[in-house]
Amino acid sequence: MSAVTQSTATHPADFTSERFAAHVGNRQDLPTWWLEIKKAAWNQYLALPLPVRTDERWRYSNIKEIDLAGFVLPGQPAPHIPHLPEFPRTAELTFSNRQIAHRSALPPELAAQGVIFAPLDEALREHGDLVRGYFQKHPVILGSDKFVALNTAFCSTGALLYVPRGVEVALPFVVEHTLAGDHMATFPHTLVILEDQAKATLVEFFASTETTTAHFVSGVNDLHAGAGAHLSYIGVQNWSDATQAFQSNSIAAGRDARIFSLNLHLGGRQARHESQSRLLAPGAHSEMLALTVAHGTQEFDQRTLQTHAAPHTSSNLLYKNVLLDQARTIFSGLIVVDADAQKTDAYQSNHNLMLSNAAEENSHPGFEIQANDVRCSHGATTARIDPEQQFYLEARGITPSLAHELLVFGFFEEVLNKLTDDHLHAALTNFIQTKFKS
Amino acid sequence: MTNLTETILPEAPDATENPVAGIDQTKGDFQYKVDYEFDAGTGLSEDTVRYISSVKKEAPWILEFRLKALKIFFDKPMPTHWATKDLENINFDKIRYYLSQGQKPKRTWEEVPDDIKRTFERLGIPEQERKFLAGVEAQFDSEAAYSNIKEIVAKQGVIFANSTEALREHPEIFRKFFGKVIPTGDNKFSALNSAVFSGGSFIYVPKGVKVAQPLQAYFRINAENFGQFERTLIIADEGAELTYMEGCTAPKFSTSTLHSAVVELVALKGAKIQYITVQNWANNVFNLVTKRGVAHENATIKWIDCNIGSRLTMKYPGVVLKGRKARGEVISIALANDGQHQDTGAKMIHAADETTSNIVAKSISVGQGRSTYRGVVHIPKHLKGCKNNTECDALLINTNSRTDTYPAITVRGEANSVQHEASVSKVSAEQIFYMQQRGLTEAQAMSLSVNGFINDLASQFPMEYSVELKRLIDLEMEGSVG
Repeated sequence: MSAVTQSTATHPADFTSERFAAHVGNRQDLPTWWLEIKKAAWNQYLALPLPVRTDERWRYSNIKEIDLAGFVLPGQPAPHIPHLPEFPRTAELTFSNRQIAHRSALPPELAAQGVIFAPLDEALREHGDLVRGYFQKHPVILGSDKFVALNTAFCSTGALLYVPRGVEVALPFVVEHTLAGDHMATFPHTLVILEDQAKATLVEFFASTETTTAHFVSGVNDLHAGAGAHLSYIGVQNWSDATQAFQSNSIAAGRDARIFSLNLHLGGRQARHESQSRLLAPGAHSEMLALTVAHGTQEFDQRTLQTHAAPHTSSNLLYKNVLLDQARTIFSGLIVVDADAQKTDAYQSNHNLMLSNAAEENSHPGFEIQANDVRCSHGATTARIDPEQQFYLEARGITPSLAHELLVFGFFEEVLNKLTDDHLHAALTNFIQTKFKS
Repeated sequence: MTNLTETILPEAPDATENPVAGIDQTKGDFQYKVDYEFDAGTGLSEDTVRYISSVKKEAPWILEFRLKALKIFFDKPMPTHWATKDLENINFDKIRYYLSQGQKPKRTWEEVPDDIKRTFERLGIPEQERKFLAGVEAQFDSEAAYSNIKEIVAKQGVIFANSTEALREHPEIFRKFFGKVIPTGDNKFSALNSAVFSGGSFIYVPKGVKVAQPLQAYFRINAENFGQFERTLIIADEGAELTYMEGCTAPKFSTSTLHSAVVELVALKGAKIQYITVQNWANNVFNLVTKRGVAHENATIKWIDCNIGSRLTMKYPGVVLKGRKARGEVISIALANDGQHQDTGAKMIHAADETTSNIVAKSISVGQGRSTYRGVVHIPKHLKGCKNNTECDALLINTNSRTDTYPAITVRGEANSVQHEASVSKVSAEQIFYMQQRGLTEAQAMSLSVNGFINDLASQFPMEYSVELKRLIDLEMEGSVG
C-alpha cells in the first residue's frame, strides 16, 4: 500500500486508488476476469512514468503541458448534447458525462442476424466471452501506454459493435461522447468486431458542450476485421479548446480485409492521436486518412504506424493539416515491413497548409523495411496558399476570406472525396465549415 | 628519443565480445612498434588528454578546451534512445587515443591479404597508394606529387596546415572559428573528438581566392595519416572558393575500431565550399563523425558524402544557413553490405531569409546490410522565402536487405515551403531481363542497374572518384545475385 501511495504522489493525478476502488466496487455485477484486467491496468498505470522528453515517441510533444491534476469523473449528464449534422444511420448510442443519454433500437432484422450494438458495460454482462476474446489484443507501442492503462482501469462508457459472418450493414452506426462541466474526465472504449465477409461503418463523435472548460480524455479503440470484411471508421473530435485528449486506435486486418479510417481533429488544447494498422494476412488493405484544423494555440500530435506483417498487403496514409494562428501540429508516422512481407505496397503522405506566420508544423515520416520486393514511399510537404490561386478567385469578385475557405476546402477535398457515403460527406463538410466560420 | 620498442596489438578486437555476423573481426589487426615517448596508452583519462596536449606543445587555452570537452564526454549518455544499440559495443577503455607521428606499422606487403591486393588492382589504384592504403606505409608518399599544388596555393595566400600547427602558428585566424560551428557539447562524440583530437587539416582561403585544384586530405604537411580523431576546420573568406576531398574508394585499414572526426566549415559572404568524402573503412570500424558548415550571406556549402565501408557509420553533414540567400546542399550515397549499418543523412538549419537547401540521398542495401536515412530540416517562424527539397531513394537488392528512413521536419511560418519524398524499390526484373537478353550476365546487369541508380549523383564527383566509385560498386555487388 505504501508503494502505491508513493507512486500516486509522483504523478499528481486526481485519479486515486480510493477512487479506483470505488469504480470497481460499483461494478461487482461485471465478470471477474474484467475486474481483474482493470486492477492489473490500474497497477500498470501507477507503475508507468509520465512521458519523458528522451522518448522518441514523444519527440516534439509539449509534454510539460500534460497535467492530470484535479480531474474528476462526472456524475450528472450534460444539460444539452452537441451532435453532428444529420445523416442517415442504422442505430446510435449517445453518452453524456459517462452516462447513457440516448439509445436507438437496433433494427429487428439486424438483431435477428446476430448483430450486437451495445454499451460496453451491457456487452460485458451479456457477451462477456466475445469481449474477452478481442479486448485490447493489440500491442500498445506508440507511446501512450500510461494513458491506455488509465483507460482500461476506468472505462465504462463505450460500445461493442459485433457483426457476424457475412452480414452487411449499409448505414453507419453512431457513437457519441459528450463532456460538460469543468475538470471532467472520460475514458471511452470502443470495440468493433467484424467477422469474415461482414461489412459495417462506425461513426464516432467526441465533443464538449462548452468551448472553454478543461477536460481530460483518454480513449481507446480496438477494431478487428476478419477475412474479407469491410470496415469503415470515421472519428470526429471536437473537444473544448482546453481539453487534453489522448486517443489510441488500433486496427487488425485479416485476409483480404479492407479498412477505411478517417479522423477529423478539430478540438483540444493538446490532442494526441495514435493510430496503428496491422495488416496480418495477404490481401489486407488499410486506408488511413486524417484532417486537422489547428487554431489558437492548439497542439495536434498524430502518431501512426502501418505494420505489414504478411506478404501482398497494402496501406495508404494521407494526413492533411491546416494551421492557423500559433497552432502546432506533429505528424510522426512509420511504415514497418516485416522480413517476409514481400509485395507490400505502402504509402504515407503528410501535407501541411500554413495560414499563419506563427504556426509550427513538425513532420517526421519514416519507414523500416526488411523485404526487398516492395513499393514503399512517403512524402511530406509544407506550403502556404498559392497567391496566384487566391488572386484568381479574388479577381472574380470573391471576398478574400471566402477565397481562403474555398482553397482550404480544395485542400481537404482530396480526403473527403474518399468517403463513399454522400450524406456523410455532406455532414462532415458542413461540420468543418461551421468550425471554420467560428 | 628512448628507443624502447615493443610489439603489441593496439586494437585486438575481441571476437567473442562483439560477435557480428559476417564481419571479419581480424581486419585491421596490424602491429605497431610503440615508442613510449609518444604513447598515450589505452583508455581515456585526464592524464591522457594532458599527455596529448603536452606532446603537441599546445597553448594553455587548448588544453583547457580539451579538458572541458573530456568532462562533457564523460557526462553525456550514449544516444541509444534513438540510435542503434550497437554503439554499446564500443569499449572506450580499449581504445588508443593518440598515436604520434613517426610510428610505422610493421606489416609488410607480403602480409596484405590477397583479396585486398586484388581489390586494389581492380580499382586501378597506383602502386604507391596501395601500400599506404594497405597499412604498409604509414605515410602516403605524396609530397612530391602534390608539392606543385602546394606551391601554387601558398602563393595565393592559402594556409593549409594540420590542426596542431595551425592553432600554434595562426591562432588569430583559426581560434575565432575553432569549436564554434560544432560546439564541444553538440554530442558525445564531438566532445570525445574535442578532448583527444589530433591531425586533420586547417585551411584558410583568403578573400576572393578561388582554388582551382581540389585540395586533398592526402596532401598533408605533417601527415598524421590515419586521423582517428581528426579535426578539420576550413574557412573560406568572402568570395573565396574551394573544393576539398578526403578519403578514397579503396578499402582503408584503420588503426583503431573507432573513428570520430569533427569537421567544421565556415563560408563567409559569397564563398563556396565543396567538401567531398568517400568513406571506405574496414568493416570493423565504428565511424561516428560530426560535420557541419555555416554559410553566410550568399555563400554555398555542398557536402558530397559517400559511405561504403565501416561496421556502423553515423554521419549527418549539416549546414547552418546563417546569411540571406545562403544555400546548403547534401548529396549522399550509402552502400550497406552484410554486417554493415550506414546511418547517414543530412541536417539543414535555416537561420536567415530566402535560404535554400537541397538534400538528395540514395542508399543501396545488399545482403543483410542496413541503410538508414536520418535528417533534420528546421525553419523557424520569423523567416520568409526559405525552401527545402529532400529526396531519399533506397534500393534493396536481396530479400533480407533492410532500409529505414527517419526524416524530421519542423517548419514555422507561412512563407516557407518544404517538400520531402522518399521511396524504396528493388531492381526491376524487367530491366535485368532486358539486359540479359542482350548478353549480359545477371551480375553484370545488376551492377549496371545499381550504377544507373546512383549515376546522377556519382557524376557530381570528380572524374577519378566517379570512375573508382563505379568499379567499387561492381565489386560490392559481386556475389549478391543468383
